[in-house]
Amino acid sequence: MTAARKPRSSGNWRAVYGGPILLGVLSTAGLLTALLSEGAGRYFSWIAVGAPVVITAWFFARRRRT
Amino acid sequence: MIHTWSSLISTLFLLLLCVTGLPLIFHHEIDELLGYGPKPEIARPGAVKRSIDEIARTALANDPGRVLQYILWDKDEPNTVIAFTNNKVDGDPDAATLRAYDAHSAKPLGSVGGGPMLIFLKLHVDMFAGRPGKLFLGAMGFLFLVAIISGVVLYWPFTRRLSFGTLRDKSRRIAWFDWHNLLGAITIAWALVVGATGVINTLAEVMLSQWKATELADMVKPYAGKPPPVHLASLDATLEKARKTTPDMNVSFVAFPGTPFTSSHHFAVFMRGHTPLTSRLLKPVLLDGETGEVSDARDLPVYLKALLVSQPLHFGDYGGMPLKIIWALLDVMTIVVIGSGLYLWVVKRRKHRSHAIAGQPLLQPSG
Repeated sequence: MTAARKPRSSGNWRAVYGGPILLGVLSTAGLLTALLSEGAGRYFSWIAVGAPVVITAWFFARRRRT
Repeated sequence: MIHTWSSLISTLFLLLLCVTGLPLIFHHEIDELLGYGPKPEIARPGAVKRSIDEIARTALANDPGRVLQYILWDKDEPNTVIAFTNNKVDGDPDAATLRAYDAHSAKPLGSVGGGPMLIFLKLHVDMFAGRPGKLFLGAMGFLFLVAIISGVVLYWPFTRRLSFGTLRDKSRRIAWFDWHNLLGAITIAWALVVGATGVINTLAEVMLSQWKATELADMVKPYAGKPPPVHLASLDATLEKARKTTPDMNVSFVAFPGTPFTSSHHFAVFMRGHTPLTSRLLKPVLLDGETGEVSDARDLPVYLKALLVSQPLHFGDYGGMPLKIIWALLDVMTIVVIGSGLYLWVVKRRKHRSHAIAGQPLLQPSG
């Protein structure tokens, strides 16, 4: 089973919610920066709001390799 | 339970919203491609813009028997003027005709906002069912928010033993279950923002009525009992006075007396700022319809500001083409979350019966 690479005896909230919270904060920051600044803020917003798409692709690619 | 039912009730409508929303992200580009995005002629260097009064006359001559409701300047198309005409000043919004005029030659450039995208837009906004349809979709959007938040709570017992991003291929059901969890968790901030701002947008008319009943009513109190203007003031003079009142702003649009955005006595000139944020925060200047003199200018109340700021966050049209593409990808990911959720519910129901006999629960929190 490729599933539980790191099985934990009990849950670890950081392992479960850490990733989504981090990405959530990043996305929100990206959504707001594009609204507030036109120059560099735009580039940051593309990275920040696009991060979930890229990371999903990365998870998908990694799954194929195992 | 909350997660299952809030999602199930809204599933079909959310799919409709996501699917029709996808082409709407590229509304502007598609309209242009299909020839519904009027382009101004290339002006000679140093060419002088025509007066707005002339463009208004041209617009009325183009649509005989109709009246002007609004004249609008697109932030990104400074050489185009868009005129709204309707059968009466407070006519049905669906009966309005939008035509673009060249700012330098006053030539008509064609109608705006028609074409096949209008069908997507109507389906997305109110399913051709007017205000009730709009409020209904708002309620569905609210259920979407409830489903997201209840999903966060459920996420813990189901994934506490899995590292983030685990995608198993043990069975079709487990594979979709993992995709549902991953995509649901990873798009959560975006989905909450787009969902919440969508719900706020369905309340736009309610908010506008509230503003008219309170702030606007207060601003036009001195005009109570006066008859509506007979001869309208010159638009160019009126706009000039509005610009002088708010020096650092540009005109976004002017609402003619009697239209839903103003009183029956006043032109309302809505001014916008220059930054991405302040260009959304409109400031109305009220001017006497007959004399064109400024009566009052006040910032909009907080709820209307919230509405105006929430609009770009729903449309995704404020960060260039890359942001639109990301918006589309996140929308597709949300479609997968909704579709896989529905699939998982169907499978669980189907298998529940057979497993109830075997006494073995199917997918359960790991404990």
